[in-house]
Amino acid sequence: MPALRYPDTAPESTAASRPNFDFTNNKAGIQAVNPNLTRRRFIKGVIASSVAAASTNAGLRAAGAQDQGSGTVERLVSLNINGRVRRVDVLPQETLAYTLRYKLGLTGTKIGCNRGECGACTVIIDGVTNYSCSTLTQSVRGRAVRTVEGLQAADGTLHPVQQAFVDELGPQCGFCTPGQVMSAVALLEENPRPTREEARQAMSGNICRCGAYDHYLNSVMRASGQSS
Amino acid sequence: MPSYDVMPDVQLYQPAELEDALNLLDEHKNDGWLLGGGQDTYGWLKDRAKNPKALIDVNGISALKGIRPVDGGLEIGAATTLREIIRDPVVNSDYALLAQAAGRVASPQIRNVGTLGGNLVQDARCWYYRRGLACYRAGGNICYADSPEGMNREHALFNASRCVAVSPSDTATALAALDATMVVASVDGTRELPADRFFAGPATHITRMTTLEPGEMLTAVRIPARWAGKRFYFEKVADRDVWDFALVSIAVAMDVDGATIGESRFVCGGVACTPYRLTDVERAVRGKALSDDTGDQAAALASKGARALNYNHFKIPLMENLVRRAIRV
Ligand SMILES: Cc1cc2nc3c(=O)[nH]c(=O)nc-3n(C[C@H](O)[C@H](O)[C@H](O)COP(=O)(O)OP(=O)(O)OC[C@H]3O[C@@H](n4cnc5c(N)ncnc54)[C@H](O)[C@@H]3O)c2cc1C
Ligand code: SF4
Ligand code: FES
Ligand code: FES
Repeated sequence: MPALRYPDTAPESTAASRPNFDFTNNKAGIQAVNPNLTRRRFIKGVIASSVAAASTNAGLRAAGAQDQGSGTVERLVSLNINGRVRRVDVLPQETLAYTLRYKLGLTGTKIGCNRGECGACTVIIDGVTNYSCSTLTQSVRGRAVRTVEGLQAADGTLHPVQQAFVDELGPQCGFCTPGQVMSAVALLEENPRPTREEARQAMSGNICRCGAYDHYLNSVMRASGQSS
Repeated sequence: MPSYDVMPDVQLYQPAELEDALNLLDEHKNDGWLLGGGQDTYGWLKDRAKNPKALIDVNGISALKGIRPVDGGLEIGAATTLREIIRDPVVNSDYALLAQAAGRVASPQIRNVGTLGGNLVQDARCWYYRRGLACYRAGGNICYADSPEGMNREHALFNASRCVAVSPSDTATALAALDATMVVASVDGTRELPADRFFAGPATHITRMTTLEPGEMLTAVRIPARWAGKRFYFEKVADRDVWDFALVSIAVAMDVDGATIGESRFVCGGVACTPYRLTDVERAVRGKALSDDTGDQAAALASKGARALNYNHFKIPLMENLVRRAIRV
């Protein structure tokens, strides 16, 4: 499988002007905080617990681990994602969107703006919607993260919100859809029969460049059992 | 100018005790950065426009969280999220001005994690500065916004001094109108200061928006009982209702007896580098009836002393209209 690379620079930037953050350089190897954990064991651990071990280079850079000051966060963490515990090596500055997509293969969560301005990356953490592009993975240790992959039932039956999005032809291009679905799920879990205006407010942190807003609102109303 | 999607190497501390956080902050006086919800922070890091070496996450410190009654008023911990504030029953019943302002910050997802402390201490949104240009605010000696070619539609009408950036915080405007005080701590102890001495303009502090010194942290905001349950008015005008910062906003608290206005606070956001108090308006409406006439008279005073830039004249009538609307019956 080809290594997934994160498009982290604008075209004009040169290698020299790039910051000290290069996922292809894994000379430093894995510096797990637990010294007994060898690099091989760690890689195996990640693959065994991933749906698809999408990342090779992306997951492996660990410079900085040796010179970490005392009291800083550990690198090898356990995350609760969609009800499963996932062990993963996480940089201090790594965003949850990055970890999900490039280390855990959970690419249902999209990255649009990466600046908290679009909602494509919306996930639910402890029942509340968050922009995963603007959440440090280190801050979700011990918390329950839900992504769009976690919604369907074990037998593949779609979540009622997903089904309603299909039935109402909610999406157009679909890029914003996972984020829209997560906002709708969080809303309906808190407020199962929202008014259309309440739904509009709850979905207002998700941009749709196709402008399918009304279709999405119809979907939310249908999912809540109210005719749209 | 390059743009990056990942953040640079940085150390992350997640202390559980306030004392540990203050010690870390003291240790990292020059390269430390407090982390609330991170919603202002991550853009700075991704753009490489600020380069702290150590992030000190305050979200694990329970002493900084929650809303509690104090001396008849309310104390809100600095790490309390805007979401909690918006949903708090006492804030809604007695200090609805704050709930309304907090409810207009950014978007639901940002309010879910953004903290009150982070919202109050967030940095200026002038795009020249945010993109890492070496302007006055960044320690240089030029202002790109206040130049013949500069785009300054969002910039200040009042109290500019070299820098013409405005206060971006919606909660700051409301808290200034509520006469809130700020509780500030460092390894050397605690001090309390009123909102108008907490927010700082460019004449005194051109590289920061508050009077917080390096090593200091906001721990709580105290809202006195003075304005509890009074007549409030909040309105924020922005290009879009979600995400966008105020072009002009207004937060008003007033005593009203029958239809007669007593003492009041009129504070505008988006027109100066700090929440901007309209003392002339407050004086003019005292003893007058809540009415369109009073609104018309007061509106004319609202923008007194405004110095418009090339592209922000529109803020003058906008301010005046917001004052009118606040006084309408
Ligand atoms: C797309 C977008 C739209 C936005 N729109 C708005 C808007 O409309 N209105 C608005 O008001 N804001 C807006 N914001 C700004 C900001 O993200 C939010 O206001 C948010 O509340 C900031 O809180 P935070 O906890 O996430 O801040 P952080 O990023 O964690 O912190 C912000 C700053 O405050 C400092 N800080 C944090 N806590 C403390 C403390 N306890 N003591 C001292 N310093 C501290 C940090 O070091 C940092 O410098 C927007 C941001 C984005 C990305
Ligand atoms: S307005 Fe202030 S922040 Fe913006 S360019 Fe001028 S000096 Fe810099
Ligand atoms: S990608 Fe996170 S809000 Fe746009
Ligand atoms: S369906 Fe295309 S962006 Fe929303």
